[in-house]
Amino acid sequence: MTAIIDRAGLDELIGALRRRGFTVIGPTVRSQAIVYGEIASAGDLPAGVEDVQDGGTYRLRAREDGALFAHTAGHDSVKRFLFPPAIQVWRARRGQDGGLEVEPPPPPPRYAFLGVRSCDLHAVAIQDRVFLGDRYVDPDYEARREDAFFVAVNCARAGGTCFCVSMDAGPEVTAGHDLALTELIDGDGHRFLVEAGSERGRELLAELPARPTAADEPRLAAEQTARTAASMGRRLDTEGIRDLLAANAEHPRWDDVAERCLSCGNCTMVCPTCFCSTAEDTIDLAGEEAEHTRLWDSCFTLQHSYVHGGSVRGATRARYRQWLTHKLGTWIDQFGSSGCVGCGRCITWCPVAIDITEEVAAIRAGDLREGLDADG
Amino acid sequence: MRVEAPASYRVTGRRQETGDAWTLRLEAAGDATPRFAPGQFSMLYVLGSGEVPISISAIPDAGTTLVHTVRAVGAVTRTLCAARPGAAVGVRGPFGRGWPVELAEGRDVVVVAGGLGLAPLRPVVHELIERRERFGRVALLYGGRSPADLLYRDELEAWRAAIDVELIVDAPAEGWDGRVGVVTRLIRRAAFDPANTLAMACGPEVMMRFAASALRERGVPGSSLWLSLERSMKCATGHCGHCQLGPLFVCKDGPVVRHDRVERLMGVSEL
Amino acid sequence: MQTVEQLLGESPALEGLAPEHRATMAGCARLHVFPAGERLLREGDPADEFFLIRRGAVAVETEVPGRGAVTLETLEPGELLGWSWLVPPYRSAFGARALEDVHVIVLDGACLRGKCEQDPDLGYALLKVVATVFVRRLEDTRLRLLDLYAGVPHAG
Repeated sequence: MTAIIDRAGLDELIGALRRRGFTVIGPTVRSQAIVYGEIASAGDLPAGVEDVQDGGTYRLRAREDGALFAHTAGHDSVKRFLFPPAIQVWRARRGQDGGLEVEPPPPPPRYAFLGVRSCDLHAVAIQDRVFLGDRYVDPDYEARREDAFFVAVNCARAGGTCFCVSMDAGPEVTAGHDLALTELIDGDGHRFLVEAGSERGRELLAELPARPTAADEPRLAAEQTARTAASMGRRLDTEGIRDLLAANAEHPRWDDVAERCLSCGNCTMVCPTCFCSTAEDTIDLAGEEAEHTRLWDSCFTLQHSYVHGGSVRGATRARYRQWLTHKLGTWIDQFGSSGCVGCGRCITWCPVAIDITEEVAAIRAGDLREGLDADG
Repeated sequence: MRVEAPASYRVTGRRQETGDAWTLRLEAAGDATPRFAPGQFSMLYVLGSGEVPISISAIPDAGTTLVHTVRAVGAVTRTLCAARPGAAVGVRGPFGRGWPVELAEGRDVVVVAGGLGLAPLRPVVHELIERRERFGRVALLYGGRSPADLLYRDELEAWRAAIDVELIVDAPAEGWDGRVGVVTRLIRRAAFDPANTLAMACGPEVMMRFAASALRERGVPGSSLWLSLERSMKCATGHCGHCQLGPLFVCKDGPVVRHDRVERLMGVSEL
Repeated sequence: MQTVEQLLGESPALEGLAPEHRATMAGCARLHVFPAGERLLREGDPADEFFLIRRGAVAVETEVPGRGAVTLETLEPGELLGWSWLVPPYRSAFGARALEDVHVIVLDGACLRGKCEQDPDLGYALLKVVATVFVRRLEDTRLRLLDLYAGVPHAG
């Protein structure tokens, strides 16, 4: 089911979601970047803002047409709400009989996400596989994910570091959405082509002040998305990548990247699929009640691989190798798909502009297995 | 399976094993205790301190008691080792893949333990002795730092009635008239048929690598050797990411793994 | 009743040694039994002999003031004890004591050195065999040096 709504219709959409009890999360401008935040109306969305991204560079720039979704991936993603940086896992106290009393945390809010791109929808599906689809189900993720509503957006332009096409993760929204919008701005006005992707989406769309699509509008939308696909900022060759990385643990490129990498962990924080965490227990002053918290962690920390008085991955070289090999290689062994969606955030937000597409290309170029073949 | 919060247990007994290791007996406060298999582990929780992964070190028939041998090396484990009877401890578990004792039926069995590594193997020894007639020759090869660092010393002597028990220490002490040397030398001399043996090893990773070499030299292939690996663990459910060794999550694809499946991974520096 | 040469052939420590070399060695070999507690080697003494253990266990040890005789390694049947006969100044670096009644093949070091000088083939073959023993002992010793079983305190 497709239809056209205008900006007023978009306002209505947000209102309808709020009336359904959702906290609506959408892109906002904060500290000169696009950041997901709670929005109350279409007026909270960044109008006439686009981004300029490259390795280690992110800037916002004004545009004349008042487009609401001309920006691409900011540093954060839906991950911050479905897999928050810090959550309480349980509260525990010493009971009257001296035993342990454990309480579950309060239920999380119900979120509706507006403006999610295809890459991030794929990232949600990837995290679903980690937290819901494997041997153990994470109850917090399950609770947050259960009702989550997705109003996705087909990207009108590609970000400077995007390579979702290489990862089969976009730019066209094809699955995981309740509604998908394509923003159209031309002589016929500023409007949104809306496509329903679920029963819930259809119900909501039916409530909005919408009109049927004009004859050329679906084509205009499709062409816009196709132009985005044709103008990706980066490319990553995924051919045999799992075996490539498994066989090149001693490739000299790891030493090369280690000289540049600060192991700051920015890439893991901005990546929409990174899921590493740690747990902390804190107790009140009376020593009676404790809170067990799950916190974001990064494989770039020394603590991550700490065992028997030292870190298994002490060198930066080993930690960078772990991150890239996991993201693009062993993730496939573990979860049946790549862990990367080609959003380009790790390239943009790396302070020294390390580019994983470049690193993979370098490893491929000097594939250690080739040397063996050459010698026969 | 949904991840659950810790269940409340009480310390009902504690026994000092070595200078820094204690065996704790825990009794569930509520419902019956879940059934553990040898090689599996719990996440033991100390209020305000955190959780640590500890292997089950005995599985009493009664089914309401958990037995864990803990070494005091950090904040949580030091508190556990100091816990008095009656103290409350949180338990999540069982987790992980355990020792494949059933694969040993009809074969000779070699159990190689180093230091604290005997703790996760003790339930295996108990099972081998209890169902002794199902196995061929059974030998426990156990190495420690010094005589005072050997676990379960009185039990070791009792086990001799049913299986071969060979002990060795790195450094002797006054009154020790047993063997001195590294545990791999016991492997070279043990009596078993390499073509029909199941080996299980647990101890420091370097020790396990050398044990694997010594077994291979005797003709025991990597597919007949199982190891228990150890990595940093924060969740035990494959979600925190800490315990990864290449594609494996040690908490759920292990901790017990077949050697030939991990040999290459164990050989990559800082993997 | 087996000959010394046959017993040499059974010793795992000499595995791979050609029969003719074994025959030559037998000329420098004899059997002996050390009762429990007796010394096979004394630290600092001329190392004229070395031993192939056939039965019983031997403690290789050294005197540490305040600790007495400290066992460095326990050797068992099939193993070779003593290598100082091979290298100058041909003096035992460590002592060795029988932990129980120990049956050995005693080899005369000076006699064998002489034969090896005359017959380099024998020398090389014997060195190869003894080198295997050294390598294995060194590997074991390095493993013990790592002190792997020591508990390392860590943060949290």
